[in-house]
Amino acid sequence: MTNKIFVIGIDVGTSYIKSVIINNNKELISSFIKRTGTSIEISSKTALEEVINKGSLKKSSIKHIVATGYGKNKVTFADSYKTEISCHAKGAYYYFPKKNTIIDIGGQDTKVIKLDKEGKILRFKMNRKCAAGTGAFIEEIAYRLDIPLNELNTLALKSTSNTPLASFCTVFAKTEILTRIKEGEKVEDMIKSAFGSVIKRIIEMTKIEDSVVLTGGLIAHNSIIGDILKKELNTDILIPPHPQLIGAFGAALFALEKYEVKSQ
Amino acid sequence: MLRKKIQASKKLTQVMSDYYHELDHASNSSEKKVAWCSSVGPAEILRSLDFKVFFPENHSAMLGSSRMATELIPYANAIGYSPEICSYLTADIGAYLKKVTPLTKAYPDIKSIPKPDVLVFNTNQCREVQDWFDWYANEYNVPVVGISTPRTIGEVTKEHITFISQQMENLVEVLEKISKISFDIKKLKAVLSLSRECSELWKKVLNTATNKPSPLTFFDGTIHMGPAVVLRGTNQAVDYYKTLLAELKDRVKNHIGAVENEKFRLYWEGMPIWGRLRHYSELFASLNACVVASTYCNSWIFSAFDETNPFNSMAKAYTKLFIVRSDEYKEKYLRKMAEFFSIDGIIFHDAKTCPHNTNSRYGMPQRLEQVIGIPNLIINGDLNDLRCLSDEQSRTSIEAFIEQLEQS
Repeated sequence: MTNKIFVIGIDVGTSYIKSVIINNNKELISSFIKRTGTSIEISSKTALEEVINKGSLKKSSIKHIVATGYGKNKVTFADSYKTEISCHAKGAYYYFPKKNTIIDIGGQDTKVIKLDKEGKILRFKMNRKCAAGTGAFIEEIAYRLDIPLNELNTLALKSTSNTPLASFCTVFAKTEILTRIKEGEKVEDMIKSAFGSVIKRIIEMTKIEDSVVLTGGLIAHNSIIGDILKKELNTDILIPPHPQLIGAFGAALFALEKYEVKSQ
Repeated sequence: MLRKKIQASKKLTQVMSDYYHELDHASNSSEKKVAWCSSVGPAEILRSLDFKVFFPENHSAMLGSSRMATELIPYANAIGYSPEICSYLTADIGAYLKKVTPLTKAYPDIKSIPKPDVLVFNTNQCREVQDWFDWYANEYNVPVVGISTPRTIGEVTKEHITFISQQMENLVEVLEKISKISFDIKKLKAVLSLSRECSELWKKVLNTATNKPSPLTFFDGTIHMGPAVVLRGTNQAVDYYKTLLAELKDRVKNHIGAVENEKFRLYWEGMPIWGRLRHYSELFASLNACVVASTYCNSWIFSAFDETNPFNSMAKAYTKLFIVRSDEYKEKYLRKMAEFFSIDGIIFHDAKTCPHNTNSRYGMPQRLEQVIGIPNLIINGDLNDLRCLSDEQSRTSIEAFIEQLEQS
């Protein structure tokens, strides 16, 4: 079979919209990421057009589109829809086909998904109605400390201490960090503590077994998340290529299946 | 249409309208006394003494389903009732403070809730009902009496029954004085007989859901349980459930499901989310999932009622309730229900302000899944306070749960 069949997965997250094109060999042809913004309709159309342009393809060559993520139902041009739980599971299992626990840390929600050795979802947990264990927590801290998001990881890696935050709530954590910096603690230690706090919120969601696959935007830009988690869980931490795109990639894998079923 | 409409609903509307108008009339005249009663309180004793019986929990559920509750809760918070406690209580007190009621929305000629002459509780469901009724007793300057039931009961013993039936008998003298009617055991037996009949019919209604496809959903149950809650012990309730049962039997005979294309059968454990009944009903139906049964609707089945032994059998029936039992009993019960209704998945509603009717906080879902192998999903929400609910997150969780079931 030639590699002429192309499908798209679009993941409309709370912070970023991600789109990918794969071919019938499940190879990544192109990808696109942008802030979701206020209009999902406009953003999703942009994500569609850009990913097609980047792949040097024509719209007519796209055989199926699957939308996922919190805004999936606003993607009116999608052919079908799947939840981000299933898409992250699908995408992560593609790279690590074994019994795993997937932890996806998104902009405003975090999912822990337990897979069996065949890649079936055994159970999953989402964070409660609180963003304390998500990317939003880190974004808020960065904003309050006036440090660019892309500098956080480098700073945190400089820290040699381990001083956990006492506060659970994002607002109170920001106050605590500012107070502790005023009292003489190092900025890098406090940033590492903030990452540690996100990990604590995730660990308390559910029992985490087997090796862990980390996906989502936070791990894509902050390797320290994997380091802290490894220390806490004492287990293998697996990070797929393009962790931020795994939801969209999983959606594209579903799109390929849908197309193949349709064309049979 | 994703969920088939029950034709008996028209009759239900009339039955409930008559009930509230009778209460309103009693409240505005001196012909009959009005008693407020907790929803699984000793309503039969009150009816035998000719009280018109009002159930504040039913009123608060109406505040929830009419989506008035969330706006009213802060007024009760402001006078010292925490947002962390029962949102039935806080919504209801908030409504009282703001002088509003969903009854006026439903029946414009009813201007307010009926004024109580006495308040009667049973702590079998929770201690909050006592605090709730105490507040109103003070407001209206009327007596509050009740029954204290032990909690986390494993086996219901003779000692439990004696302890509770004695408290029930002790209520009679106080209530006779308020109603100015002499207690007549024959009348109590007659009321109890009707309550028993209502309970049996309600059980048959709910058990029609064992059929595939199920002729009714949990969401239908939360609406049609009205007479079993507020009119048990009356002919109206018995008559209504005969009509409803006939319609559901007809659906079963003709293989008509409440949800088109029923593919997955779910069980709802915990309180309803009153302000989102339609939302969830439509969401599940759109996913070809029918929530066929629930502990909540089953809670108005009182199989132990026996008119030949009224006080002891009432004590037994009101103490055998799921909510007052031990976790060991609850787990066995849920296992039985999962098998009886051929359940594919269990939804646990973790209601933020209702710890007594939330069974997902001490590892029960995990233990159950290990034993029966049926997957479950925990939804964080609340019975009345919609601030405790994230619609988007719940929707994603439910959709993902169905996708999980589709894999099997």
